[in-house]
Amino acid sequence: MENIFGHANYFIYIMLMMIGLYGMMAKKNLVKKLVGMNIFQWSLILFFVSIGAKDGGTIPIVEGAHGHGHGADLLIQASHYVNPLPHVLMLTAIVVGVGTTGVALAVLLNLYKKYKTLDEDEIIGKL
Amino acid sequence: MEIIHSIRPLLAILVSLAAAVLILFFGKHRNIREFWTLAAGVVKFGLVLSLLPMVLDGKAPVTEILTLADGVSLKLRVDPLGLFFALIASSLWIITSIYSIGYMRGLNEHAQTRYYFSFALCLSATIGVAMSANILTFFIFYEMLTLATYPLVIHKETPEALKAGRKYLAYTLTAGVFLLAALVATYSFAGTLEFTPGGILKGTADHPTLRLLFVAFIIGIGVKAGIMPLHSWLPTAMIAPTPVSALLHAVAVVKSGVFGCLRVLWFVFGTGLLSDLGVWIWLAGFAAFTIIVGSLVALAQDNLKKRLAFSTISQLSYIVLGGALLSESAMLGSTMHLVNHAFMKITLFFCAGAIYVNAHKTKISELNGIGRRMPYTMAAFTVGAMGMAGLPPVAGFISKWYLCIGALQAEEMLFLVVLLASSVLNAAYFFPIVFRAFFRKPEPGAGEDALPSGEASLFMVIPLCISAVVSIALFFAPNVPLHFLELAKTVVRQVLQGG
Amino acid sequence: MYDSHFPILVVVIPMLVSFVVPLVGMWNKKLPFYMATTAMIASLATSIGILVQVLQHGPISYRLAGWAPPWGIEYYIDHLNAFMTVLVCFISVLITIYSQKSITQERPDKEVHFYCILLLLFTGLLGMLVTGDMFNIYVFLEISSLSAYALIAIGDEKAHFATYKYIIIGTIGACFYLLGVGYLYIATGSLNIHDLSTLLPPLYGSKVIVVSSIFFILGLGIKMGLFPLHTWLPGAYTHAPSAVSAYIAPLMSKVAAYVFIRVLFTVFDIRFSFETLPIMEILGWVAAVAIIFGSIVAISQSDIKMMLAYSSISQIGYIVLGLTMGNREGFIGSVLHILNHAFMKACLFAIVGAIIYRHGTRTIERFGNLHRTMPWTSAAFAVAALSMIGLPPTAGFFSKWYLVLGAISAGKWAFVVIIMISSLLNAVYFFRVIEHVFWKPRSGGIDLPIERNEAPKSMLIPILVLAIGILALGFASHWIIEMVIGQTTPAGIL
Repeated sequence: MENIFGHANYFIYIMLMMIGLYGMMAKKNLVKKLVGMNIFQWSLILFFVSIGAKDGGTIPIVEGAHGHGHGADLLIQASHYVNPLPHVLMLTAIVVGVGTTGVALAVLLNLYKKYKTLDEDEIIGKL
Repeated sequence: MEIIHSIRPLLAILVSLAAAVLILFFGKHRNIREFWTLAAGVVKFGLVLSLLPMVLDGKAPVTEILTLADGVSLKLRVDPLGLFFALIASSLWIITSIYSIGYMRGLNEHAQTRYYFSFALCLSATIGVAMSANILTFFIFYEMLTLATYPLVIHKETPEALKAGRKYLAYTLTAGVFLLAALVATYSFAGTLEFTPGGILKGTADHPTLRLLFVAFIIGIGVKAGIMPLHSWLPTAMIAPTPVSALLHAVAVVKSGVFGCLRVLWFVFGTGLLSDLGVWIWLAGFAAFTIIVGSLVALAQDNLKKRLAFSTISQLSYIVLGGALLSESAMLGSTMHLVNHAFMKITLFFCAGAIYVNAHKTKISELNGIGRRMPYTMAAFTVGAMGMAGLPPVAGFISKWYLCIGALQAEEMLFLVVLLASSVLNAAYFFPIVFRAFFRKPEPGAGEDALPSGEASLFMVIPLCISAVVSIALFFAPNVPLHFLELAKTVVRQVLQGG
Repeated sequence: MYDSHFPILVVVIPMLVSFVVPLVGMWNKKLPFYMATTAMIASLATSIGILVQVLQHGPISYRLAGWAPPWGIEYYIDHLNAFMTVLVCFISVLITIYSQKSITQERPDKEVHFYCILLLLFTGLLGMLVTGDMFNIYVFLEISSLSAYALIAIGDEKAHFATYKYIIIGTIGACFYLLGVGYLYIATGSLNIHDLSTLLPPLYGSKVIVVSSIFFILGLGIKMGLFPLHTWLPGAYTHAPSAVSAYIAPLMSKVAAYVFIRVLFTVFDIRFSFETLPIMEILGWVAAVAIIFGSIVAISQSDIKMMLAYSSISQIGYIVLGLTMGNREGFIGSVLHILNHAFMKACLFAIVGAIIYRHGTRTIERFGNLHRTMPWTSAAFAVAALSMIGLPPTAGFFSKWYLVLGAISAGKWAFVVIIMISSLLNAVYFFRVIEHVFWKPRSGGIDLPIERNEAPKSMLIPILVLAIGILALGFASHWIIEMVIGQTTPAGIL
């Protein structure tokens, strides 16, 4: 049990990822595929954010670290702060995700205009 | 062998490449175009001939062009065997060029520019094959030859011709792939690809692997050499215009195949290794089979060119057999047969072409009485036929003589029987043609118009007379035209010393 | 003075120009083409400068904004990526020049957008090459993919559906790559490629590392179009505008292949790739199946773009196959094939674009007598096709030579047979086209006078440069290997 709760973040991200993959593969509606794709991408973001998080960690801003105020005297310990790097990486990943979704939606719009449907089989039939 | 650096081997290749470009450029003016063909032929022959004194002196002119891989470069080296082959190809190109002009004009063929262009490319490739210093260079020119021949094979552009072209490519490209694998393996084992008298492979790998390698090499080379069962592209490719069949399928392409075969046998494996491996007997067996079966199939052909094609298949295997027997006389006979067969077979093809242009006849059964109308052509044909059967006073006798002695030296009576039987068969399928031409009366129903009124144009008759005369000259004095016998003896001496 | 900033300039120049292009395009529709070409030529010059520096002084490390690695992003350029950068820039310049007429005819309304996005795609490809940071690669991978989606979508009437398929599958690929990066970060806390390569070896037993390597292979396999992850590729290459096909087909999968090499040979070293897991053994067979599968499916195509797309799948197989042999010859064969195949596919797709431009068809059966109407283009096609088959003295022969040599040195005779069979299959489908182009009459008799209708010069010259390049690369292959590719062999490979 401890194993499961201790690694809850991994289980959740994998579950989300599988839901996303299922959506992309099994759904016939192209918008649902896109939704699946988004779930898939967000599961990754969750994964990255969670690996940076720590119990009791705080935001990694060290007050007065540059030699002003009392912060300069403190011993800075990495374990007191969450790891900011994965979070920052995810900012970029979110942007990428939004961009991908945007392009996909634009393509979907064009597909709908042309075929008046978003069902994969119907579109393949009309190709 | 003393090595001297010379650019002449490269020039000999480039001259026909340059001619090819000029031919394309002057495609609209047929006289200028054909002038370039002839000029390139003469210059090329001159260049090759100028190498002869050096080689007879025991020197080896070498051109190293560029490095292709570690230890292997694009390199030309003229050794006696290479020069031997280059002399045959370049001298026959001149004759064939003259003949082509007569043939192509006589039939008013289409796409003549492409024809002369491809022809010049083929000759470059053939000279390249002859002068290659290593297997990779050989392979490059060998594949170039395949490609340059393809437009000639499908010259007619009919569905039938395209089909023949496909078959040709299927056979030769498959062979090329086998050859590539074999040569890469050789490089991997021996670390070099240089043709060395006596071979480079000895002791580089265990015997089963080397036997496999030998099989790969023979498949790679054997297609062009027409060894049965790899021969069947050759009769199909007879759909090409006759000068193409003459030069390429009796001389350049198939001779590149057997030439490659000799290179592989003597300069890659080496006589010593071949007898250690015991593979020579397999090859000799296949060659003997081809000699007999090729002759038998030729008997059944009514199409003159097809009959010649099967005769070629059978005769090429003489050379392969001689190469595989590994005795001194057999090797000498095999080398001499390269040149003798070239001149005799080209005479025969020229005659077939002249008959086709003049009388539009392709079948042997239609040739009754044609000898009276085209006496020179049919006289030349008779010379060729006698040579094929190995009768004196035509050159074929000499090579067959050496081959028979070689079979005796190797103590392989079976092969001696094969050679003799083949002579009988050759006589059986060539002399009826001569008999029909001279002694049968034309078919009664056909009328007078069925036969031509005289000889074909001089452009065709003169070349075929020249090649017939040379075939006889090679019997009386095999050394006088171009020192063929002396070169052949040098080759054999080198190989036996090395291996 | 500026040459110390070359690594960043090569990426930044096209990126900045791409931002300006739409603005300029608002008042002049013709200028974007010249801007794009200029930017690419500038990048080409810079990349050549980088290559010269690398050849003279060894690998270059460039610190973005002066932050020292592994904290800051490092651009790290050694022989392999310097060489790839020049290749990408060179092909880009040629195809951009080529694209002007083609895109004006096919999508006159999208000209400005086309050049803007093409520059972004170019930026993405270059970024993937020069960077020495795993996450940075992901960002550039997505920049290039997103631009590619957009470019493909402006193609023919089936392009949208093909694009959508590509978006879905491509995103999965990119996400898998990102997951691989994530696991590596968990295990080591670093994203810098060279930092990782020193941190990883003690951890090879860890399951995290194994999982991440599998994610990398899957993700990059999708991006490369490695069978059986190739399903997006044929549609995307076929339905894109001709200029886009000619750009994407030679470059995108090659750059992904470069990242593949980086990950398997630099991030993980050869010990991991060959010993810890049987990855290379499996990949070798996957590649072998890819080679045969791609060739067989290509034979049955009547649309030449589709045929070339399947041929690309098979050629990607060659590249991966060479890598899995684990010796110097195989590796050289792979890298050489990246170079040669880029030239061949650029040339072939450009030729197809020129045929579409003049005759509006890409059905092989309708190519009859093309050699009369477009003699130069047909000649270039013949050269490229012969190179694809691997006949000497074209470039394709030499990569095949090294691949076969690698297979023999590794004792993998089965792969020798696979390469042999594949050459023959290539011959089957390329000679089928050659037959139509050169010998089959278009209509009626054979000698009908047919009007000469050669492609315009701005299309023809790039095609001819590529065709001559194919021949020249063949003759120069040993020199290139000695100068550049030979230096790229990863440590540990014999």
